[in-house]
Amino acid sequence: MTEFKIPELGENVAGGDVLRVMVNVGDTIAKDQPVVELETDKATIEVPSSVAGVVKEIRVKPGDKVNVGAVILTVDETGAGGGEPDAVTSQSPNPKSQASASDEGSGETSPKRSEGGPKAEQKVLTMPRPARAEAAAPRPQEAPRTATPAPRVERGPAAPAAPGVRRLAREIGVDVSEVEGGGLHGRISEDDVKEHARRMLSGAGARTGPAGAPAVPLPDFEKWGPVERQPMSNIRRTTSTRLSHAWSAVPHVTQCDKADITSMEELRRKYREQVRQAGGDLTVTAMLVRVLATAVKQFPQFNASLDLENDTIVYKKYVNVGVAVDTDRGLLVPVIRNADRKNLTRIAVEVHELAQKARDRKLTLEEMSGGGITISNLGGIGGTYFTPIVNWPEVAILGVSRGIIEPVWNPGSSRGGPSRLRQGSGEARQSAEGATAAGPPAGAFEPRQLLPLSLSYDHRVIDGADAMRFLRWVVEAVEQPFLLSLLG
Amino acid sequence: MARETTQLAVLGAGPGGYAAAFYAADLGMQVALIDEEKNPGGVCLYRGCIPSKALLHVAKVVDEARHAAAWGVTFGDPAIDVGRLRAYKQGVVDKLTGGVGQVARLRKVKYLQGRATLTGPRSMVVAGSGGDTEVQFEHCVLATGSHPTRVPSLALASPRMLDSTTALELPDVPGRLLVVGGGYIGLELGTVYATLGSRVSVVEMTGGLLPGADRDLVQVLQKRLEQLFAAIMLNTKVVGVSEEANGIRVTLEGDVTSKEQVFDRVLVAVGRRPNSKIPGLDSTRVKVDARGFIETDGQRRTAEPTLFAIGDVAGEPMLAHKASHEARVAIDAIAGHRAVFEPLAIPAVVFTDPEIAWCGLTEMQAMEQGTSIDVAKFPWGALSRAITVDRPEGLTKLVFDPKDGRVLGVGIAGSGAGELIAEGVLAVEMGATAEDVKLTIHPHPTLSESLMESAEVFFGQSTHVYKPKRK
Repeated sequence: MTEFKIPELGENVAGGDVLRVMVNVGDTIAKDQPVVELETDKATIEVPSSVAGVVKEIRVKPGDKVNVGAVILTVDETGAGGGEPDAVTSQSPNPKSQASASDEGSGETSPKRSEGGPKAEQKVLTMPRPARAEAAAPRPQEAPRTATPAPRVERGPAAPAAPGVRRLAREIGVDVSEVEGGGLHGRISEDDVKEHARRMLSGAGARTGPAGAPAVPLPDFEKWGPVERQPMSNIRRTTSTRLSHAWSAVPHVTQCDKADITSMEELRRKYREQVRQAGGDLTVTAMLVRVLATAVKQFPQFNASLDLENDTIVYKKYVNVGVAVDTDRGLLVPVIRNADRKNLTRIAVEVHELAQKARDRKLTLEEMSGGGITISNLGGIGGTYFTPIVNWPEVAILGVSRGIIEPVWNPGSSRGGPSRLRQGSGEARQSAEGATAAGPPAGAFEPRQLLPLSLSYDHRVIDGADAMRFLRWVVEAVEQPFLLSLLG
Repeated sequence: MARETTQLAVLGAGPGGYAAAFYAADLGMQVALIDEEKNPGGVCLYRGCIPSKALLHVAKVVDEARHAAAWGVTFGDPAIDVGRLRAYKQGVVDKLTGGVGQVARLRKVKYLQGRATLTGPRSMVVAGSGGDTEVQFEHCVLATGSHPTRVPSLALASPRMLDSTTALELPDVPGRLLVVGGGYIGLELGTVYATLGSRVSVVEMTGGLLPGADRDLVQVLQKRLEQLFAAIMLNTKVVGVSEEANGIRVTLEGDVTSKEQVFDRVLVAVGRRPNSKIPGLDSTRVKVDARGFIETDGQRRTAEPTLFAIGDVAGEPMLAHKASHEARVAIDAIAGHRAVFEPLAIPAVVFTDPEIAWCGLTEMQAMEQGTSIDVAKFPWGALSRAITVDRPEGLTKLVFDPKDGRVLGVGIAGSGAGELIAEGVLAVEMGATAEDVKLTIHPHPTLSESLMESAEVFFGQSTHVYKPKRK
């Protein structure tokens, strides 16, 4: 009988909450087959089994808190064709892991390190979200075979890492030869391995520094009355770590403006049903995602990251927009990929789906990584203006509050509606005139719906004037909603 | 038939097997350890490392006492009581095997004495003195070890013919001893017998002693052995043996003038073979390679997923410390950890006097692989500690990566090399550079300074060796 334990899930992931047990006693499971769904950190992870065989006992149930190393199943490895060790070895993508016993271990080094490596590494790297071996298997009744060999044997001029560091790397699924050593002559430390793992998980090339000031001891709260202590959830802990870092690492400035969304709202109502039929919801957020996607193409420094180590600014040639989603478990930020190449309907559908997934705890780490700029819309709840914290390593975040109807003075100097266009592009101005030609009479207050926008940005990368230009560009694009259709 | 059910069965209680059993017990597994001997220990404790080192220690004392005449202290010729010497050696063995047995009991490892026959991937029958026991297990670690190679042309049923096992029983001190095989076992045992008074001749098929070791290190030992031994016959093969009234007549072929020689005893030490003919192994899917080693993956799992193999039976180098390390890997794998056997350096030590020890990349391997290296050597003639103990013949060398000065290998020849090499293993495993070794303060006056000074030689800055700067 083999016990299957929760493997290492990644840096700082000590465990999680069992959401779902995906197998039953008596099931024949294959290696790498997901067996439980675990809520950790910011993602729900399907934990793949490292053993194959017949499930004899399940020791966890939904709602249990389990830590790395906890036994979740016992499996009878010989009980089924599930293991099919022959298949495992013959399918092994890494010839080196099969190196015959007699020629390994002599301590010799050989220069052929790259050979056969990357494929196998891939397997190891995807540990938290396994490549679905069963998807490749043509028929479920066929012996489900998988291709995760024993962790590979490091041959060749091995990475300059101490044995303990190599073991750590192996255990958390990092190929130590991929790790960039921060020490002299590239020597790899424990921290380098952890950093690499963190980067793998966030997919963001992140480098998390110490967060803020040293902790000051808390007062004795009970002195003043009863209190209740609740452990931070995984998401809360991660949010805390990330925001502390962003807050202390990024010199924030927040600028505010209001956008007249009267016309956009008309458009939104008009197309809402159409988008609904496509499976989406045409929300202000979805429309702003589309606007931002175009805005950052005009202002590339808003879709950038700062690489202090190399004194470089990284400009991203792709446009991924994150959308902060409020869930009962905390804040999650799924990312709309290539938002600049998607039309509004498609974006509306994706925002809708990702938000739903976030609430259903279905978001993967992948779906939450790679953002370039983020939108946080609290307008559904209320408020005017707030100061969002940049979602580091991004450099800008757009905070959206509730649009309210306000009297706006229309001086009547220009033909048409209450133009808030001052420095807009000629194109935009012309369009504005066309769009609002049939406005109310000049020289009066008009009820207009104004949307408060707050743009927080990393002042190291973005100058104040550029930030204002950017925000103006966004405001004007919003005020000329038909532009959205031009945006595709 | 008695029945035992256990999580883990370990077959063979040598330094691989008992290390596996104990570690598994420490991890909370239920463990049965099976061996034919009364106590754990295996070849290492009963018939290998341990008894040979006890005898080599005595040989060293005898040799130093003799050498003391040069320092103005003359002892009489040693009177050797073979019986007491044998008893001392046996005492060492008993003490250690008894101790390991005690530790097994304390860990609640079920020790079964008997001969095992596998009856499938999850069961075996152990035939002990008190009858058969069927043992059912979830996993089994095969740690059955190895035995001295038997060569057909030297197969002669005679008490004058020895192998390493019988030679360690020390039947007597023969007048003329031929050691067949210039590997570490032959040289170690040859040293013991020569020091005790035998005229020892060594015959080695290849062109040098200790094939595989770097020649400059071997050279240090060979100089000494040429004085200690009556003859070292290289490029020579034994083609026939026959027993006569006064000894064994040996027919030699190769670079040797006298093709027929007579010896009182002949010790055959031409290597070891894995014990992979485990009864019932064919009832499993375990695969054995052409050389007789059980095939395993990096975690030492065989083709039968419930069976693991470690130690001599699982491949070269056949060394106790390799087996113990593999034991931990296999048990970690069984326990569900992502362990892999991936040492950068496995030290090899020849316990002759002087000793030879090396680890990691050797110069010879680098040359074969075409790996470019830098080598820094420090001769012990410039090492104060070596001079004080009158052992200036040693040599320490470091093999570096020329790119960054990383230590890739270490080789040492000299008194105490076996102890010194540990630092080299650590340096290789930690990815230490020449600079690291150089900047680490080593105690003075010790032989360990030779490692630091070798690193200094790499920079052309050794305190005690003057070497013009490299261009």
